[in-house]
Amino acid sequence: MIEARHLTKIFHDKKRGEIRAVDDVSFTCRPGQIYGLLGANGAGKTTTLRLLATLLRPTGGGATVAGHDVGTAAAAVRAQVGFLATSTALYGRLTARETIAYFGRLNGLPEAQIEARTGQLAAELDLHEFLDRRVEKYSTGMKQKTSIARTLIHDPAVLILDEPTVGLDVMTARNILRFVRDCRARGKTVIYSTHVMSEVDKLCDGIGIIHHGRLVAGGTPAELRARFGETDMEEIFVRAVGGEGEEAA
Amino acid sequence: MNGRNILTVYRKELRDSLRDRRTLISMIVVPTLMIPGIMLIGGAISLRVVKKASEEVPAVMILGGDDSPLVRAALAADRKIRLLPAAADWRQRIIDKQVRAAVEIPAGFDAALTRGEAATVKIRHYESELRSGFAVGELRNFFNDYREKTVAARLVAHGLPAALVKPFEVKTENVAPPEKVGGNIIGGIVPYLFILLCFTGAMYPAMDLTAGEKERGTMETILCSPVARVHLVLGKFLMVLTASLATVVWSLLSMGATFLLGGLLLAGTAAGGLAAAKGGAARMSVLPLVDPVGTLTVLAMVLPVAVLFSAVLMALSLFARSLKEAQSYVSPLIVVVIVPAMMGMLPGVELNARLALVPILNLALVCKELVSGVFHWNYLALIFGSTCLYAALALGICVRLFNREEILFRS
Repeated sequence: MIEARHLTKIFHDKKRGEIRAVDDVSFTCRPGQIYGLLGANGAGKTTTLRLLATLLRPTGGGATVAGHDVGTAAAAVRAQVGFLATSTALYGRLTARETIAYFGRLNGLPEAQIEARTGQLAAELDLHEFLDRRVEKYSTGMKQKTSIARTLIHDPAVLILDEPTVGLDVMTARNILRFVRDCRARGKTVIYSTHVMSEVDKLCDGIGIIHHGRLVAGGTPAELRARFGETDMEEIFVRAVGGEGEEAA
Repeated sequence: MNGRNILTVYRKELRDSLRDRRTLISMIVVPTLMIPGIMLIGGAISLRVVKKASEEVPAVMILGGDDSPLVRAALAADRKIRLLPAAADWRQRIIDKQVRAAVEIPAGFDAALTRGEAATVKIRHYESELRSGFAVGELRNFFNDYREKTVAARLVAHGLPAALVKPFEVKTENVAPPEKVGGNIIGGIVPYLFILLCFTGAMYPAMDLTAGEKERGTMETILCSPVARVHLVLGKFLMVLTASLATVVWSLLSMGATFLLGGLLLAGTAAGGLAAAKGGAARMSVLPLVDPVGTLTVLAMVLPVAVLFSAVLMALSLFARSLKEAQSYVSPLIVVVIVPAMMGMLPGVELNARLALVPILNLALVCKELVSGVFHWNYLALIFGSTCLYAALALGICVRLFNREEILFRS
């Protein structure tokens, strides 16, 4: 389970002064649920996810992930989290098998378990064909599948996925969405950040719309449709962030 | 401290680095091939140039001395110089390297010698020009012989023995063991090379494992694992240290092989007939011997310096967002390393308690002594201790930086 309470992150920039990248964000995501975090580029999605993954420390507020506090038990949180983002790349000179095994060892798994999990993930994600080739020779889709396997090697209770389908072809993106749904079915808590509205419709049980660091709207898809009087998620999003004029600005 | 995690990170970094062409080039290929290449090719070329210049019979002009046929005839009879007719532009011809030197014989030279008076011969030459220098050498030899013959003739004329002007001989004999002699010859350059190689060996891996990882996006991947950041830093640091020490060791092996091979080749070229006459012993004497225990102690002293370099390079590179930016931070540091290392080679700069606390310079100074087999244990302890302290501080700073998100996520 993830519970964010008034989560706040302030950066200090010499030129721009104080930047409230995440401003008083609160939401809850339970096991077996996918929580969609929607926002334009620079809205604060990635910073929120980095706070939950303990890569950044909150300036204010807090969060618990799988029962551990992100501020005081960062290592325990990371042991329960699989974090995948556009900024989490793979080592080009390692093979997929070596990459997955490396992260298995870093998560304290014994070698036999690493081997078994690698075989299982390779079958689920269809990695066998390129498992022993160096990552630098992979296509974008192959890299993303390997990244997912790397994220899941320690079978984390919580998955934090930041735009996992960016740059992928339709078939690979569909496979990944199917895999995310499978994770939900296995009882995992999933946070899914995107700005592709069709993915939100297909996947999410709960939605939070983030804008200028603030959570401007939140609830189930049905609740949001009722609140904004719209059926189309894109229209809901545009209205939540203050209209097209606001976006253009 | 979790040694297993540190080892896991180290093993991965080692595997990754050994597959990286650039790391292999800086760690193995450069020290293995470049240093012997420079030493052998550079040595062979310079030997060939010197040999060719020494084999040339220098063209020399005689200025004046028209009233001194004896000395002119003796000069003309000397096979080691080639006389050219005097020309008014002799000075320009020396500058243009058409004539190697000119010898100016004063008026009435022969007559002055006959009367037993002193006369001065001037040799005009091109300072610092190799072939002109050889010509001066030949002319000096000629006039020394000519002077001795003149003195001998005067003594005979006066019925005096030759020992009158040469009452005793002076001979010199080396009593220092060969390794001390060798240590003095190469004692200055060995620590300089070690320090430089230690630094250059650590440079690329330090940048690649920090700024390079940020640039490629793998830094964030590793940071989201549950491994403590101190373990990540130590694993990476061990890899940088390995590269630094591997560069030194490869260089040492390569230099040793080059000295052996090059010594044989160069001795054969330089010593020529002497080596052929006296066999292998004459050839081996060309190689400078160093004290083996001293050389091993130098290696031990290099270890904390390698730790210091690795930690400082990692800390600096960690600030950078890309490899290119890291290069701009790290490159100027070479000057900071080279200057004290070179100062250690200067004659007159001697080790004392204050200089023993100056990093790099202290190593350069003590190593000069070590390869000659001189052990100043008090200074060795002071240098080792202080360098370890600096290295620990640098490593501590590196760990602290790794815990600062504004450094890791600088954008």
